Amino acid sequence: MTLRTPSRSIFRPKRTVGQDVFKENRLLVEQIDRRKILRGGLSLGALTFLTGCDVSEDAQVQTALRAVSSWNDKVQGAIFRPNHLAPTYTESQVVIPPRYNAHYDVEDVKPVDGASWKLELAGRIEHKKPWSVRDIYALPEQELIIRHICVEGWDYIGQWSGPNLRQFLERIGADTTAKYIAFRCADGYTESLDMPTALHPQTILATKYAREPITDPFGFPIRLRTSTKLGFKNAKWIVSMEVTNDFPETYYGKEGFNWYSGI
Amino acid sequence: MSAEVVASRHRLRKLHPLPLRIMHWINAVAIFIMIGSGWKIYNDEVIFGWLHFPEFLTIGKWAQHGLQWHFFGMWIFGINGLAYLVYGLATGRFRRMLLPVRWGELVATIKDALSFRLSHDDPTKYNTVQKLLYIGVICAGILMVISGLAIWKPIQFSELLTLFGSFQTARLVHFLSMSAIVGFLVVHIALALLVPQTLVAMLTGGPAIDDKRPTTSSIEARRAS
Repeated sequence: MTLRTPSRSIFRPKRTVGQDVFKENRLLVEQIDRRKILRGGLSLGALTFLTGCDVSEDAQVQTALRAVSSWNDKVQGAIFRPNHLAPTYTESQVVIPPRYNAHYDVEDVKPVDGASWKLELAGRIEHKKPWSVRDIYALPEQELIIRHICVEGWDYIGQWSGPNLRQFLERIGADTTAKYIAFRCADGYTESLDMPTALHPQTILATKYAREPITDPFGFPIRLRTSTKLGFKNAKWIVSMEVTNDFPETYYGKEGFNWYSGI
Repeated sequence: MSAEVVASRHRLRKLHPLPLRIMHWINAVAIFIMIGSGWKIYNDEVIFGWLHFPEFLTIGKWAQHGLQWHFFGMWIFGINGLAYLVYGLATGRFRRMLLPVRWGELVATIKDALSFRLSHDDPTKYNTVQKLLYIGVICAGILMVISGLAIWKPIQFSELLTLFGSFQTARLVHFLSMSAIVGFLVVHIALALLVPQTLVAMLTGGPAIDDKRPTTSSIEARRAS
């Protein structure tokens, strides 16, 4: 065993490597376990290949990141301005049809049967009688021409109308001092809102788009439409509504998206 | 006053004082998180059809992880950045290190650089190109935060959004600020590796600087000697 002079390079000094150092430390060199070095080297190499993707799904990393996300929920709730209105637009700016968004393709949408559909009410609500399409569509309407902003980064201007959620909550005798409203949807999707957002003047149960009843891919018979949340918070094909003080888990929240997702 | 106390006071006036070094490396980690996770978020809805960032350069396996990292990193980047700005203004470091910018010097520096005669002898003084790069990247960082807040809260901070015109314009400004910072980082890291003494200085504090204004301790040091 000798210390070899490294390969020739114009950048290396001409002198060869002295063997004295090696002779002095021969014992030490022989003690080095080659396997350990190989193994250690491999794990070090693996570590450098660890991009965020692997680290992100680690349970402890997820716990930490979700704790920050919950903190961000609180911050967003604190900076929410209950009476600050989102800008509205003119009818000529409205995109028809609206842009489809869900966690599955538009071909896989299962239309809701309007004749048998009922909106179930639960939780801290005085009048829990279910609502039929006809009853809901007979309520006074509010129109919103607002921007839809998706968590992915795209946006469009849509024209939605339907009963104002705050007025609807008052009509059914809901406890508006409760913390949350949870929605269940015909496709199994779950979503929930903080009460201040539910009571915001620009939050409606949309039944129409561009003055026409909303079509199947966009949430017939009713969907939520609020001007202060990202697109995915606007539950479609709603079948039940619950007013509660217990935090209601949501479909995307469980996947790791920020629950509050205010804009 | 003992010589030791004088010496310890002198240590406080290094080229890069300890608070600055701490902020620099916190910022390095924060910017790494923000760019990597930002690229993940960008890939979900690209601004330019021809530009997708390679997945191995992004942080987060799925979009939600990219978002989680981004909205975690924003606190570090924002708070640390604010501390840096306050520090730079309050201690006079910005004025001392980054000003004045003289256009005549800029031309001379570029000429020297092109003829490979750029001097690195004094790492305590920035040349005009360096000054402009540092001023530029600080501005890009500020623009990054403002455009980021406008995208995060286009309704709650609608006043900020009006600065940019529309949501998509704010998104574009956010992207361009990122591009400017990445461009800076390429030059910054390449030069730090080419002139390693600058990298060492950011770890150890570098040489003590004489700011030519006698302070109490240096007067006392003279008296003591």
